Amino acid sequence: MTREPVAVVGIGQTRHAAARRDVSIAGLVREAARRALDDAALTWSDIDAVVIGKAPDFFEGVMTPEHYLADALGAVGKPLLRVHTAGSVGGSTALVAADLVAARVHRTVLTLAFEKQSESNAMWGLSLPVPFQQPLLAGAGGFFAPHVRAYMRRTGAPDGVGSLVAYKDRRNALKNPYAHLHEHDITLEKVRTSPMLWDPIRYSETCPSSDGACAMVLTDRAGAARAPYPPAWLHGGAMRSEPTLFAGKDFVSPRAGKDCAADVYHQAGITDPRREIDAVEMYVPFSWYEPMWLENLGFAAEGEGWKLTEAGVTALDGDLPVNPSGGVLSTNPIGASGMLRFAEAALQVRGRAGEHQVAGARKALGHAYGGGAQFFSMWLVAAEPPTT
Amino acid sequence: MTHARRDVAIVAFAQTDHRHRTDGLSEVETLMPVLHDALGQAGLAARDIDFTCSGSSDYLAGRAFSFTMALDGVGAWPPIAESHVETDGAWALYEAWVKILTGAADTALVYAFGTSSAGDIRDVLTRQLDPYYLAPLWPDPVALAALQARALIDAGDTDERALAGIAARSRAAAAPGAAVPQRHCGTGPRAGQPRGNDGRAAWIAETVAARSADAKGTVRGSRAADDYVVAPLRARDCPPIGDGAAAVVLAAGDTARRIHDRPAWIRGIDHRIEAHALGVRDLTESPSTRLAATRAGAFDAPVDTAELHAPFTSQEVVLRKALRLGDDVTVNPSGGALAANPVMATGLIRLGEAAARIHRGASDRALAHATAGPCLQQNLVAVLEGETR
Amino acid sequence: MPEPLTAPLVVEFPFTRSLGPVQSAFLTGLRERTVLGVRTTDGQVLVPPVEYDPRTAEEIRDLVEVAATGTVTTWAWNPAPRRGQPLRTPFAWALVRLDGADTALLHALDAPDSDTVRTGMRVRIRWAPERTGAITDIACFEPHDDGTTGPGAATAHTSPPGAFADPVTTITTPARLDYTYTPGRAQSRYLTALTGRRTVGERCPACRKVYVPPRGACPTCGVATDEEVEVGPRGTVTTYCVVNIKAKGQDIEVPYVYAHIALDGADLALHGRIAGIPYDRVRMGLRVEPVWTEGARYPDHYRPADEPDADYDTYKELL
Repeated sequence: MTREPVAVVGIGQTRHAAARRDVSIAGLVREAARRALDDAALTWSDIDAVVIGKAPDFFEGVMTPEHYLADALGAVGKPLLRVHTAGSVGGSTALVAADLVAARVHRTVLTLAFEKQSESNAMWGLSLPVPFQQPLLAGAGGFFAPHVRAYMRRTGAPDGVGSLVAYKDRRNALKNPYAHLHEHDITLEKVRTSPMLWDPIRYSETCPSSDGACAMVLTDRAGAARAPYPPAWLHGGAMRSEPTLFAGKDFVSPRAGKDCAADVYHQAGITDPRREIDAVEMYVPFSWYEPMWLENLGFAAEGEGWKLTEAGVTALDGDLPVNPSGGVLSTNPIGASGMLRFAEAALQVRGRAGEHQVAGARKALGHAYGGGAQFFSMWLVAAEPPTT
Repeated sequence: MTHARRDVAIVAFAQTDHRHRTDGLSEVETLMPVLHDALGQAGLAARDIDFTCSGSSDYLAGRAFSFTMALDGVGAWPPIAESHVETDGAWALYEAWVKILTGAADTALVYAFGTSSAGDIRDVLTRQLDPYYLAPLWPDPVALAALQARALIDAGDTDERALAGIAARSRAAAAPGAAVPQRHCGTGPRAGQPRGNDGRAAWIAETVAARSADAKGTVRGSRAADDYVVAPLRARDCPPIGDGAAAVVLAAGDTARRIHDRPAWIRGIDHRIEAHALGVRDLTESPSTRLAATRAGAFDAPVDTAELHAPFTSQEVVLRKALRLGDDVTVNPSGGALAANPVMATGLIRLGEAAARIHRGASDRALAHATAGPCLQQNLVAVLEGETR
Repeated sequence: MPEPLTAPLVVEFPFTRSLGPVQSAFLTGLRERTVLGVRTTDGQVLVPPVEYDPRTAEEIRDLVEVAATGTVTTWAWNPAPRRGQPLRTPFAWALVRLDGADTALLHALDAPDSDTVRTGMRVRIRWAPERTGAITDIACFEPHDDGTTGPGAATAHTSPPGAFADPVTTITTPARLDYTYTPGRAQSRYLTALTGRRTVGERCPACRKVYVPPRGACPTCGVATDEEVEVGPRGTVTTYCVVNIKAKGQDIEVPYVYAHIALDGADLALHGRIAGIPYDRVRMGLRVEPVWTEGARYPDHYRPADEPDADYDTYKELL
């Protein structure tokens, strides 16, 4: 049995903002879906099934909002599947959609992820107090900062690496018209002197809270042949999960992340990711996660990730550009953030990333993670179709 | 289809003893024995499973990311290929079925859990509705089902007496002494037997009269089964409020044959959704069920059994019509959702119950159905077959 | 075995919903006692109006006014109104097709009893005395005997439909749900022990690791933990951060240190605040002990214990 090759032929995302008060929830998802359909030169009737993902329903206060959204998503009379794998959900959702094409269950699938977290104030949705449990003493950053300190202790990384990442990603975002943050007057000095919120994490090294959505059209070989623009071809995709907390858990470099990357590289025939992959869109909600994930994903040896960042390797014009779109540090509609990584990777190999295009990108990795650094989803896309 | 699909079967099914409340168990404590039972039946360890997928809802638990701690019961180490749907576990099974079709997995563990008793399920489910025009009015699921029931009565499709018959048949099927399923394979006692009486006793209606009657959830001051909850639906027409969990194991081809001597082969499975607003739908019909059944091949040959996910008696009427089920089909021999309704697991249980009937030779071709959304908005249909002996 | 614990859990938000153009027009219209529908490309008038055609998925924006009178298409008698529902006395839920519309709107119908309600009956909107631009601006429907049996004619008097001064663009919808939280048997045992200021973990029968707090399962082995093991009270700071902004609902002076603490005998760290030492002198490897306050479930914080720092190698797996 062979899998049907899967092509990304349409990509759309919304304008992202802290609060998209100009649209309803339906209006938000439509903005992304419409752009994806236009990119693929398809209409709603060309779509066989819809796969939708988002993070907790409490963000918008609508339980299983896909039921209310069925009409807006053009899903009436079609299969509509809802995925929720915490922060990795945008990636997982795309992979579930890809499987429908790969298994030849459907030929053309719309996949979409969104968050309109301004409806509830996202931090409330994340920090509902649970009886008997000790309240999280430190807010979201307090969950991540101790892991960053552990990384610094383990690798001897100097203090300033986090600021370099934030400065790079915010500068990249200036080239991405859809990004939430456009800090035209940003300087490295401003990042370095921004308030220390959760030492060692500074204000400018944290992600924003965004409303937004991302959509993609995935299709088979026949669909790809009809597409008006070059497709991105899926060469490997995987999900891995490990428990939230356990004895021996490595929060700095979770094994689920390593295993997930290894699976994707194996599927794609990648043996040297550092050399063979041209661009990476990785899920970096706090800037220090770039060097951490560089190691976890096999782009650098253990303890060496920060050296790539420091040497400018991950810059837009570097040898291995990471988050040319500006990444999660510039745009973070939580449920959609993972799909944005997948979509931006696909834009790169399609040559349709505009001002933040990595010259000559042929293979790109999209990466998402969530929960207590426990859920991972990744895909590797390329300009050429898979040979097998 | 020019490409032959892989054969995929349900080879094990386990469920909890469905209770009104889970006696102080956390979700993972409720779930874990069910996972062990299903894996034990299949003779597999967690590490033998290629793909795991679950279904649940944060809104039932009242906590964001509630599914993440349930993963503790799986033993996800070394890390596993895993996914989760925020809806009934029947859709998790669908996702796992697709994964096996791609060839990326030969076996899959699918589970679902729901603690409907944690919140007031009639309030919780109003949050599923259009947040602009419907949710602010707090129309509860009994009210919406009652609108549908009235439409059916007006259309001459049923009457209150016929609905009473559906209720009586369903509860009798689930009662102690009713045809107790025989285990066909596996080890250990069947998780679903016997079901606790307290689960069956707890009608939604009774929570109206005796909500929080006492800390253990035993309901006092029971309202008579023929009292209206929202007319024309009476207490007996409504599902019990129950907590529980279920798990199935899927396997492909020869792997399935090795695990079970009569696998329940999934001959077809499909799901479809309708418009959300009740006012644009004909509530007496379920075109999405009809379409899913057509796509799943349900009408290609007669079925002998149907496990329908109809939480309200009136919804069985709609589904029978959509699925063209005649009197020769055994409908809900398990008692269906009217006998045990752990929301988010109820649909998966329909697939499991249908498969278990095939496993033990009581059915050769069975239809299983699951629903989600208000008034049967979204429907999944699977056709399961045992090999001819 | 101690009785399993339960506690009330209230999930309550005021959701702020932005409406988009069609819903904004409809809800503003209600404020002005005007009902708007939206016309699909095949000429159907949908009330309440939606932004996208349920049949074709097309964007629809063609607003039309319909009447405040209509016909019941189906109904259900609600003898016991629930919190949040439109009326406090028994009422009928009804789907009403307003005159000029092709689809029905769900709302409450105020009628003396169920015998007075039937499918096909004529009803009209009873407007709420104070209207803000919300579906509840319709207080309910009420019987309306206008001598007709079929749909009446719609009357149009805004031009163009949907053009209102000071449109409503967002609504705030409070939503409260009440739950009973059950932490489970393992956590109940742990919490009960904590009342005696003892920290009790549980050991996995398979991998022998000690889990604190126990959650009922060894997450790597997927089996129940059962053997109780008292851990602590002292432990080691494995990693930490310095918190410089107040977290919501926390009444702790900043800066303070939030740390991962591996209690002696436990195989993973739990979280706590470090005090009794200047924040900038906290370090990985610091040995600490709990400080309890009267009536608190958990230690208030941990303070340095009078002993040398732990060697990195002894806790590097417990970060």
